[in-house]
Amino acid sequence: MDNLETIVAQACAAVDRTETLAALEAERVHYLGKKGALTALLQGLGQLPPDQRRAAGAGINAAKNELQARIEARRQQLAAAELERRLAAETLDVTLPGSRVDVGGLHPITRTLRRIEEIFVSAGYRVEEGPEIEDDYHNFEALNIPAHHPARAMHDTFYVDEAHVLRTHTSPVQIRTLERRAPPLRIICPGRVYRCDSDLTHTPMFHQVEGLVVDREISFAHLRGTVDQFLKAFFGSDLPVRFRPSYFPFTEPSAEVDIQCTQCSGTGCRVCKQSGWLEVMGCGMVHPNVLGHCGVDAEQFSGFAFGMGVERLAMLRHGIGDLRLFFENDLRFLQQF
Amino acid sequence: MKFSKRWLMQHLDAEIGTAELVERLTMAGLEVDGVEPACAGFSGVVVGEIEAVEPHPDADQLRVCRVRGSGAVQQVVCGAPNAVQNLKAPFAEPGARLPDGLTIAAVKLRGVESSGMLCSAAELGLSADHQGLLELDPALVTGTGLRAALDLDDDIIEVDLTPNRGDCLSIRGLARETAVVTGTALRDLPIVPVAPEIEDRLPIRLRAGAACPRYAGRVVRGIDPGARTPQWLQERLRRAGIRTIHPVVDVTNYVMLELGQPLHGFDLGRIQGGIEVRLGLPEERLELLDGTEIALDAETLVIADDSRPLALAGIMGGNDSGVDEATRDIFLESAHFAPLAIAGKARQLGLHTDSSHRFERGVDPELPRLALERATALLLEIAGGRAGPVEIAESPEHLPTAAQISLRSARVTQLLGAEIPGPRVREILLSLGLAQLAEIPGGWTFRVPSWRFDLSIEADLIEEVARIQGYNQLPAIMPALAPELRTPRTSPVEELRAALVHRGYREAITYSFVPPEIVAVVCGDDAGVAVANPISAAMSVMRPSLWPGLLLAARHNLNRQVGRLRLFETGLRFSGEAGFGQRQTLAALISGDRDPESWANPRRRVDFYALKGDLEALLETLGSAALVTAERADHRALHPGQSLRLADATGCCLGYAGALHPAVARELEFDQQVFLLELFLDRLPLAGDQGFSVPSRFPAVRRDIAVVVPVETLAEELLAVVRRAAGEILAEVRIFDVYQGEGLENNKKSIAIGLTFQDDERTLRDSDVQAAEGAVVEMLASELGARLRGG
Repeated sequence: MDNLETIVAQACAAVDRTETLAALEAERVHYLGKKGALTALLQGLGQLPPDQRRAAGAGINAAKNELQARIEARRQQLAAAELERRLAAETLDVTLPGSRVDVGGLHPITRTLRRIEEIFVSAGYRVEEGPEIEDDYHNFEALNIPAHHPARAMHDTFYVDEAHVLRTHTSPVQIRTLERRAPPLRIICPGRVYRCDSDLTHTPMFHQVEGLVVDREISFAHLRGTVDQFLKAFFGSDLPVRFRPSYFPFTEPSAEVDIQCTQCSGTGCRVCKQSGWLEVMGCGMVHPNVLGHCGVDAEQFSGFAFGMGVERLAMLRHGIGDLRLFFENDLRFLQQF
Repeated sequence: MKFSKRWLMQHLDAEIGTAELVERLTMAGLEVDGVEPACAGFSGVVVGEIEAVEPHPDADQLRVCRVRGSGAVQQVVCGAPNAVQNLKAPFAEPGARLPDGLTIAAVKLRGVESSGMLCSAAELGLSADHQGLLELDPALVTGTGLRAALDLDDDIIEVDLTPNRGDCLSIRGLARETAVVTGTALRDLPIVPVAPEIEDRLPIRLRAGAACPRYAGRVVRGIDPGARTPQWLQERLRRAGIRTIHPVVDVTNYVMLELGQPLHGFDLGRIQGGIEVRLGLPEERLELLDGTEIALDAETLVIADDSRPLALAGIMGGNDSGVDEATRDIFLESAHFAPLAIAGKARQLGLHTDSSHRFERGVDPELPRLALERATALLLEIAGGRAGPVEIAESPEHLPTAAQISLRSARVTQLLGAEIPGPRVREILLSLGLAQLAEIPGGWTFRVPSWRFDLSIEADLIEEVARIQGYNQLPAIMPALAPELRTPRTSPVEELRAALVHRGYREAITYSFVPPEIVAVVCGDDAGVAVANPISAAMSVMRPSLWPGLLLAARHNLNRQVGRLRLFETGLRFSGEAGFGQRQTLAALISGDRDPESWANPRRRVDFYALKGDLEALLETLGSAALVTAERADHRALHPGQSLRLADATGCCLGYAGALHPAVARELEFDQQVFLLELFLDRLPLAGDQGFSVPSRFPAVRRDIAVVVPVETLAEELLAVVRRAAGEILAEVRIFDVYQGEGLENNKKSIAIGLTFQDDERTLRDSDVQAAEGAVVEMLASELGARLRGG
């Protein structure tokens, strides 16, 4: 049995010396494999006298178990060390920026249009669109603005030919919708409009959203309620809103709507020209002549209409000072939305 | 309209603070645009009188004046050429502060004591005029404070009137409105007729009664050509933004501002025979006061004498018949012109005058005689002379009649959504000058005052009630609209926008009008729609394509060192066809690096296939991919070897995609490659609700082959052969490599194809796959001359 103890002692020392899983496996094969030293001892049992075989067998098996346990322990040690090494080797600079594909974005005007549309669509309004080169009838006549009416001077109109203009507002879409569909209806008409005017605060093209509700018993109070709620929803705050009498040929009564200056909260600043108020939209009760032009009986139905400049609302909401930024399409500007 | 607040206040019985007036007017619909002081701040300046002038002992340019101000006579050294004895001029006494902050102290000028300073208009901030001392009205009392003497503690208020409120284009009209909205009483304006002293009169003939139904005129003889417009009147004109010109012109302007009636003064000596109001004749020409000469026609209303046109009625006088420094005898005109006779004409001629501005909005037809009397009285007071009798010609059937409007109480309630008591409604309308004609069941009938051209229907009266009641006093509620459930509608434009945003594109919004040069280069024959009155040549054509706008946006960015571009836009494009085309379109542009610069990405430029990948993704987004075919394009803006024309099953063009043609790129000054696509959304076929197939439960087998084919062989041809040869068990085929170069003949390329076989019903046997693969290789060889690479 001296031999067995020697072998086990050698084997344990060898196992403990291994530095890799492969070396450990080699030692396992060397001692416990088919041709291993311990395996050979077991195979040699047959040559012992029968009365010794049992004790010797038990001794060898115990030694074998001991060695196996020793190998397993070493295996776990080595595996853990190997994993450590791998983790260390695979450690990255996690502060390097990720490998990415850019996400683009919608133009701030589109985003503002969407915001406006969402508010009204959720209240059951439909979105209607129409042509941008419009005939004189739909842009002016049907809206109670006959030729030579001084109100035409309020619209610096681009002409395409004698009978066609670049629409100066999206109101013609209201006419086209009323011609097509009988009331009751509620619509909004977003889109590009054109005025022959270009300076710091005007671009020759801009965007409007107009709204129209025609039903029985629609009143100025409904207009006031709707506009007031819309503005509070759009700006997401309980802004003071006021109505001022004004004039549009297609509405009667007509009003301009002011909100409390978003810049100074009404104390007076450069943005609101010290008035504390900012004009944001025009509105009114649809003129009976306009309903008449569309074949709607003004005794049975009444309606309100409103219109707003999208650029202006976008500028107020985002605090953008220069209107021209919208149309330069400088990516350094667009990327901020 | 700009006006002096003090002038307005003289028509009212109570004093109203400027801030309150501004608020009241604005909230009544007469929006105040601005308020400025009538005069810059200064103090210690009085009406000075020069009692004596002596030369300065040491300076030729200076004089020594003895000036009487508020106290003892002072010695003042002055350089103004008009410093003469007895002149009254502003005198800044020692201690005075001028608008520029200067404090006046007693000083020595070239050795002579000077206690105070005589001032020009410019030094007091009254005008830009610094040519000598401001010559004051001799009637002003020496020593009184200048601010009081000239009524300078005043505000100039600018009100932005809407076109319906022509009645407020005068102090009297504003006073009428102010009285109502502030609850103040309006003072009477006594206008005493001037009794004629002479018999002279001109016959007046109205030949165009509809355009001019009333014309009043009168001769005034013997005015003093040396007369000067008094300071107070000059000041009122100045505060309304009107220059002093000539006493006759100043008086007519003054009365126009005061009452709202434009008047005109002719030099009587230039009128031959009588006055005729008629339409222009062909060949007639007229030189206007501003020096422009216009050709007349039968649409133009003129004031003529027996031989020639004298003035453009209601718009501008003629150069030939106006008053000048020598004029002694005049003919004053005060007429009513119909809005439509003036409105179209003034704008057509590009003219816009204080007179046309009022007439085209409507002037009270009752004013001509009143205004004429007022102007005569003022003129005689200022320039002397003797007036003839007032001559009035009328065309009674054409005179405007006051509208009569019925108002139903129930309609007020319905339209405003508020109960306003009947007596209150009546009170408001009467306060505005309407007269109640009758009570009708549930309402009243009113007559509109002659100055309110804007009131013609019931709704107009309801607006007046709401306006005076106060819009913000009315209720605000949400309408009870019946809810409506609708099929969700996904708009293709919105889906495409979302897809592009996910692929890294930024939306652009460019002007719909583009430069014609770029259209010519990019779009060729499709010239778009020209704007008749463009704001500039660079914005004169409505785009026939969205590419010109995107190319300009790209250039803007490249010029600012932003070199990686992914832009898109949606909107209408226009063409010369009936209805101007006006088709919904989407366009995109890419250029520069494919990925954002990063340590992690290899730096690759975008190329045709990057663009095509995006195009395929867009079509897949809409489910249109299978409905759209693409073939080589022939488009002037695109590279002939790197472009596609998209079409539907009938061959109808759905858009283009490709590299910007190098020649076009050079012309547009791009020095990096640009790729463009455009989709005609109005025509793009959309897939309806899509069917689907259940994924197979059986394993797939993949086989890769590489074949060598002639370089001209198109991938599409190759894939068609593969699909045909492989049969139904081919689940997917992909080209995973294309190679050309070393190891291959010059005119050959190698294409590597991955074939995935799968069956829905069973697990494929090796023999099935081998047979299919064999068939593919064989058919590629027989139909395309392909051989297996390395085989």
